[in-house]
Amino acid sequence: MTALSVQNLSKTFTMHLRDGVVLPVVENVNFHVEPGECVVLGGPSGAGKSSILKMVYGNYGVDAGAITIQHHGEAVDLATADPRTVLTLRRDSIGYVSQFLRTVPRVSALDVVAEPLVIRGVDKTEAQGRARELLARLNLPERLWSLPPATFSGGEQQRVNIARGFITDHPVLLLDEPTASLDATNRAVVVAMIGEKKAQGVALLGIFHDEEVRAQVADRIIDVTAFAPRIAA
Amino acid sequence: MTAEQPLLRVSNLAKYYGSRLGCADVSFELWPGEVLAIVGESGSGKTTLLNALSATLEPSAGETLYRMRDGQWRNIYDLSEAERRFLVRTDWGFVHQNPADGLRMTVSAGANVGERLMAVGDRHYGNIRATALDWLGRVEIAADRIDDQPRSFSGGMRQRLQIARNLVTGPRLVFMDEPTGGLDVSVQARLLDLLRGLVGELGLAAIVVTHDLAVARLLSHRMMVMKNGHVIESGLTDRVLDDPREPYTQLLVSSILQV
Repeated sequence: MTALSVQNLSKTFTMHLRDGVVLPVVENVNFHVEPGECVVLGGPSGAGKSSILKMVYGNYGVDAGAITIQHHGEAVDLATADPRTVLTLRRDSIGYVSQFLRTVPRVSALDVVAEPLVIRGVDKTEAQGRARELLARLNLPERLWSLPPATFSGGEQQRVNIARGFITDHPVLLLDEPTASLDATNRAVVVAMIGEKKAQGVALLGIFHDEEVRAQVADRIIDVTAFAPRIAA
Repeated sequence: MTAEQPLLRVSNLAKYYGSRLGCADVSFELWPGEVLAIVGESGSGKTTLLNALSATLEPSAGETLYRMRDGQWRNIYDLSEAERRFLVRTDWGFVHQNPADGLRMTVSAGANVGERLMAVGDRHYGNIRATALDWLGRVEIAADRIDDQPRSFSGGMRQRLQIARNLVTGPRLVFMDEPTGGLDVSVQARLLDLLRGLVGELGLAAIVVTHDLAVARLLSHRMMVMKNGHVIESGLTDRVLDDPREPYTQLLVSSILQV
């Protein structure tokens, strides 16, 4: 059963503060991701890759089209779902590793990572245990675990973000350049973690600018320029 | 477990001050555990709406239905005075922007918290004091301040005390009007973190009025943007903030100063 399917998705931005100028982003986006495969969105900067990921996560609204996600054995259209349903989808079915970590004052790295499990009702001690394993695997120095990540370096924040995204067993996982600011050792760790997710039957959809990483993880590459809007005359 | 139901159902709520519009055509549902932020500039009708929802201000039209602890749906303006008082004292909380509006400034911190417990029938002094002490700890007020009056507290401490006073009875719904409004930023951060933790831990539903979009982002699941008394845009908080549709929402979001 297809884990994620996107049909005829279109998106424009209307900039009301710029005299209502309409920026077309993508048009007629169609693709699907099966359990156990990693599909990579390819194309130059500005082609709309991140926008597609954000629409699939419900972070951006869509103008038209459907985003069908398997959720507890049922196909749910996230594009038209109410906020409550989107939050349930995010809790149980779709995860997202964003490019940048949004930090909360005073919350430790360990709790940031454990939070997605705690929200799902996992015991806090157990969730923190899982968080420790992941942070250790991603070589984040243990002295940082109890600190809020606001002052961490880019690479450290990104590893916190990756751990937070990978801690759950969501059947669909979105990755927005998860290896962008990592060194070779940690890139290799993330590549291995992606391989494990695939083996567990997770459907992954990602953006990877690093060609070496992309070659290692991608099962298919979707050329996003194919979804470029036809510019109206 | 019965099938999940909303806690609050609001339909076509309106409040006019004479011929002047406070707010109108407001409809939404609030579910248990859900935090809803109401944002908009001063004068947009946020506080009027909050007061109309919390039985502080009688609306001119529309209705607000609340699911009582016994499962009955009741229009909050059809409740008897005794029922309404029970709601306000136990099942609801109201955190005012100015703590002096929600606290009794001339009785001790412990009594401020204990008073709400006594309203629900607790009469055992030792229990009340122990619970008050526990709640002071949860809002990070040192135990040795329990006998001090909030007059001697800083703004941030007063606000934390107000939160403890409201949450001690285990309310299911909390209304907050600019809860971090008068506080400096470091104190705000502490309060927000505390609120975020407590709301999550206790599974509270909350309606938070704020003009601060960062507060809305941090605390709420869903938000409504108000302008001139009407809800002009609503939805998932990160959707509204990252992909605002209405001209006014785009203006609000683009006006945030980046640090």
